[in-house]
Amino acid sequence: MEYTIYILLLPLFTFIFIGLLSNKLSHKTAGIIGTISLTIITILSYMTAFEYFTTQKINGVYQTIVPFNQLWLNLGANLHIDLGIMLDPISVMMLIVVSTVSLMVHIYSLGYMKGEVGFQRYYSFLSLFTFSMLGLVVATNIFQMYIFWELVGVSSYLLIGFYYTKPEAVAASKKAFIVTRFADLFFLIGILILSFFTQTFDFGILMSGDGSIFNSAIGTTFIGGSVLTWAMALIFVGGAGKSAMFPFHIWLPDAMEGPTPVSALIHAATMVVAGVFLVARLFPIYIGFTPEVLHGIAYVGAFTAMFSAIIAIVQTDIKRVLAFSTISQIGFMMVALGVSGYEGHEGLGYMSSMFHLFTHAMFKALLFLGAGSIIHAVHSNEMNQMGGLRKYMPITHLTFLIACLSISGIPPFSGFFSKDEILTATFNFSNGLGIWMTVVAFLTAFYMFRLYYNIFWGKEYKSENGHIPHESPISMTFPLIFLAAVTLVSGFIPFGKFVTADRAEYIIHLDWTVATISISVAIIAILLATALYRKPSNIPSKIVSKTKGLYKAAYHRFYIDEIYLFITKSVIFKGISQPFAWFDRHIIDGAMNGLAWITNWTSLKIRGFQSGQVQWYAYVFLLGTLLITILAIAI
Amino acid sequence: MNFLSIFVLIPVLMILALFLSKKRNQILGVMVTGSTLLIGLSIYLVIKYIITRAGGATDPMLFTSTITWYEPLNIHYSVGVDAVSVAMLCLSSIIVFTGTFVSWKIEPLTKEFFLWYCLLAIGVFGFFISTDIFTMFMFYETALIPMFLLIGIWGSGRKEYSAMKLTLMLMGASALLLVGILGIYFSSGATSMNILDIKNANIPLNQQYLFFILTFVGFGVLGAMFPFHTWSPDGHASAPTAVSMLHAGVLMKLGGYGCFRVAIYLMPEAAEQLAPFFLILTGIGVVYGAFTACVQTDLKYINAYSSVSHCNLVLFAILMLNQTAMTGAVLQMLSHGLMTALFFALIGMIYGRTHTRLITEMGGLIKIMPFLGVCFVIAGLASLGLPGLSGFVSEMTIFVGAFENTDAFRRTLTIISTASIVITAVYILRMVGKFLLGPLQNQEHAKLDDAHWFERLAVIILIAGIVYIGSFPTDLADMLNNSIGNVVAQVMR
Repeated sequence: MEYTIYILLLPLFTFIFIGLLSNKLSHKTAGIIGTISLTIITILSYMTAFEYFTTQKINGVYQTIVPFNQLWLNLGANLHIDLGIMLDPISVMMLIVVSTVSLMVHIYSLGYMKGEVGFQRYYSFLSLFTFSMLGLVVATNIFQMYIFWELVGVSSYLLIGFYYTKPEAVAASKKAFIVTRFADLFFLIGILILSFFTQTFDFGILMSGDGSIFNSAIGTTFIGGSVLTWAMALIFVGGAGKSAMFPFHIWLPDAMEGPTPVSALIHAATMVVAGVFLVARLFPIYIGFTPEVLHGIAYVGAFTAMFSAIIAIVQTDIKRVLAFSTISQIGFMMVALGVSGYEGHEGLGYMSSMFHLFTHAMFKALLFLGAGSIIHAVHSNEMNQMGGLRKYMPITHLTFLIACLSISGIPPFSGFFSKDEILTATFNFSNGLGIWMTVVAFLTAFYMFRLYYNIFWGKEYKSENGHIPHESPISMTFPLIFLAAVTLVSGFIPFGKFVTADRAEYIIHLDWTVATISISVAIIAILLATALYRKPSNIPSKIVSKTKGLYKAAYHRFYIDEIYLFITKSVIFKGISQPFAWFDRHIIDGAMNGLAWITNWTSLKIRGFQSGQVQWYAYVFLLGTLLITILAIAI
Repeated sequence: MNFLSIFVLIPVLMILALFLSKKRNQILGVMVTGSTLLIGLSIYLVIKYIITRAGGATDPMLFTSTITWYEPLNIHYSVGVDAVSVAMLCLSSIIVFTGTFVSWKIEPLTKEFFLWYCLLAIGVFGFFISTDIFTMFMFYETALIPMFLLIGIWGSGRKEYSAMKLTLMLMGASALLLVGILGIYFSSGATSMNILDIKNANIPLNQQYLFFILTFVGFGVLGAMFPFHTWSPDGHASAPTAVSMLHAGVLMKLGGYGCFRVAIYLMPEAAEQLAPFFLILTGIGVVYGAFTACVQTDLKYINAYSSVSHCNLVLFAILMLNQTAMTGAVLQMLSHGLMTALFFALIGMIYGRTHTRLITEMGGLIKIMPFLGVCFVIAGLASLGLPGLSGFVSEMTIFVGAFENTDAFRRTLTIISTASIVITAVYILRMVGKFLLGPLQNQEHAKLDDAHWFERLAVIILIAGIVYIGSFPTDLADMLNNSIGNVVAQVMR
């Protein structure tokens, strides 16, 4: 499968080509080159998947194959960074997800970004992102993953800041980069620790064998845990940063300042699940040697899921609702990984997490692209400036509804199947966590339908300047229809045949008790939302006035952003940097200047001796002679 | 004559030619020809070096040659190179070349500017080819003096103060160096001042302590070691563009190179024992420089403090005394040299147009000057360690190497200094966000033009170097690693 290398090289060349020639190419040419390149990548990815899943199963277990691996940098005797391609069930699945969503976003952007200044730049950055994300998922070693991890971070920075003349976009891109960079620092330290004790970066060596490679890391303890535990926990912190887990979630809602297709691609479907992918990639180590970290991951995921679902209920910017919903759904995936075991039925959590990653990528991209279509039509992100749009935009309406039903967990849409498996796995782990996540599922269905009714039903759309919203062009509706179709059918994919923790086949059985609970919870939530938001009413505002404190806190996202702002502005800038700068100018430099001053002062004082007055010289001469004579006599 | 001496000969001939040239075009012609020859010579040197090494040459220094020039003290003009000096010579010739193009429109006294510039080049090249410590010292001094005039005459702002401060601090350091070098020579009892000879004759440990401190601090001042770095912000801020480039890009590397070649190589036992103290100083410098850069508003000050942070990381890595970290240190010197030269070049170009360097007085410039803006962003990304650009390769090599030390003290320091990658991101993005992005702040700036051809040429060459190191580091790192392996093997015997 040597052709897989082109999956990486093609987007890289497209990036360089469009990037360097951005002044020479017309908008249309740049868009078409980017889209064609991505079409080829998508075809190659599907070929890879087909060939991999049909030929690489030996004795009922999928093999890991490395079609390409190239030494990049030697670091000492044993350590070296390679760049290569590793294919196993999850990386092949991610190839499909990334290329599909990216292709849809490329097509969609032809319409959405039409006529924007910097259209070529936009397409070259999209290619850069696709390259980085694909490189991340096929990484053969943890350092390659870190390299591409940083690259997706910077492509995200560049794309969030696409409208760079807007101060909000600049601030948001900066925040996204710095917050994830901060988390990446822990990832890096984790890698340093892990690689020192195992003397390898290579996933193949880390994951195969009897685990004796970790003996020294387990044997060394550091503040109440083995070094391996610390390393794996630190690596997870890196994943939590990219996947916007609490308390690193603050960058994601702001990242919505980027163009909406970018939010669909990067901040809903692909980059933000990198953390989930990271945990899944290292899952054998987590489950085999540091299960306590894995449980920690489950609790972080569960807390984040609930926390952001509550915030999502009260947001009024439709992209922010979707952003918090994304955080919440990634929480689901983390929980699923955290509660998972390794073999057979135990490994249900792992399977369902990957399944949910897949279905979520499709329906969340659909939601964002739908939101883009709406924003395109009404020129606003705010819910209260919408309403009754179903008449004007039938295709957007229908596809959006499908996605909403899917995320709410209504059969037969894809989200039902994956979410239901997650809940089953969670209930197997502990009833408390199961109930907690069921509540989150209830909130999910509620806020999604609040969003849906506020956009498409509710009060009639009134425009301020006689502008009538209309359906988007075919380049934008085609991706909607395609993704809606995927959402309709992908629930029936026998996912357990392809991706499981132990890579052996697992037949999914629906647990009907859990399914009944989850369906009825979703239906109740939808009915509640229907009652409240379908027609304009004053009940929601009454509820708001009753729960003013809670509402306000949730609306302000529980003031986490303010805490960060305080830390950066008051602690880091005012508390550290400014005193350092003052210290540098006044103390250290002052000492140097002081030295110069003392020299000056001394020479000023001594200068008097060289006054040029002969009388004075004669006087000193006589005095000196006298002194020496007296001294000579005395001795 | 040994072909390495041509590195010094070319600038000498350039000076003679400059004396004879009258018109502006002649002056520029001399500079372009000369610096192109230097680039060609470095390419020749690289090829010859690789071929000789591939042919099985295992000497620590290649192409050696010695001429006695002061018999009573056994001072020789000795030259020779290993991979580290080859890398430094290439870096220097690139910076001298690009600096020429950046100074295309320098006024007034064009001829005199380039005369001093060439004298500076003589010092730099001579330093890197020498293996005799006294000759090294002499070239080092040669490089310092022109700096005073270049800043004092062609500089901006408080130029007299800055020039005086920079020169005095570096002169103070070279006083320490002179004592250190003579001490090394006499206490070793070697028959010449050649490094290779001194290495064979051991220096007694009790004397090593004193001379290690003298030489390490002496070179460290030039390498902006905390707390002797304060000449750097003022000096760089006042210096004309090409001089900032040459100074931060190459001259500060003299410090790191000297620490490596003289202090550590000749006195490894003292280095081993005194390393913790200096590790703390340089570790502080890494974080301190980065934090201080966060609140500066002058572009040159931001970059100067950023240089303090990056250069302290070089010394930090050298003091880790292992092969990987030292390789990282040399990579970091190359990477920082190119990066900071690019920064200063771009800042100079932007300043030449806007006549301000305060980020608070600019905004949205990338729209007006897309070329300069994009290049500045690339420089920034390289500085904050984006994979594919040079900073990532060098920093990661340093961190992995530094972490190979098993004691908790060094590991803790390593972890603290890794924090600099976050702080670097903070000040770089703050700077880029304030003056390049956002709405146009000053309507006067809307009329400004983008880079001219000579500026583009300089910038593209520097970026090409950064991308080369960042994307294809395999061979370069291996070449350095082999040479440093020799050194480490001798140091740790």
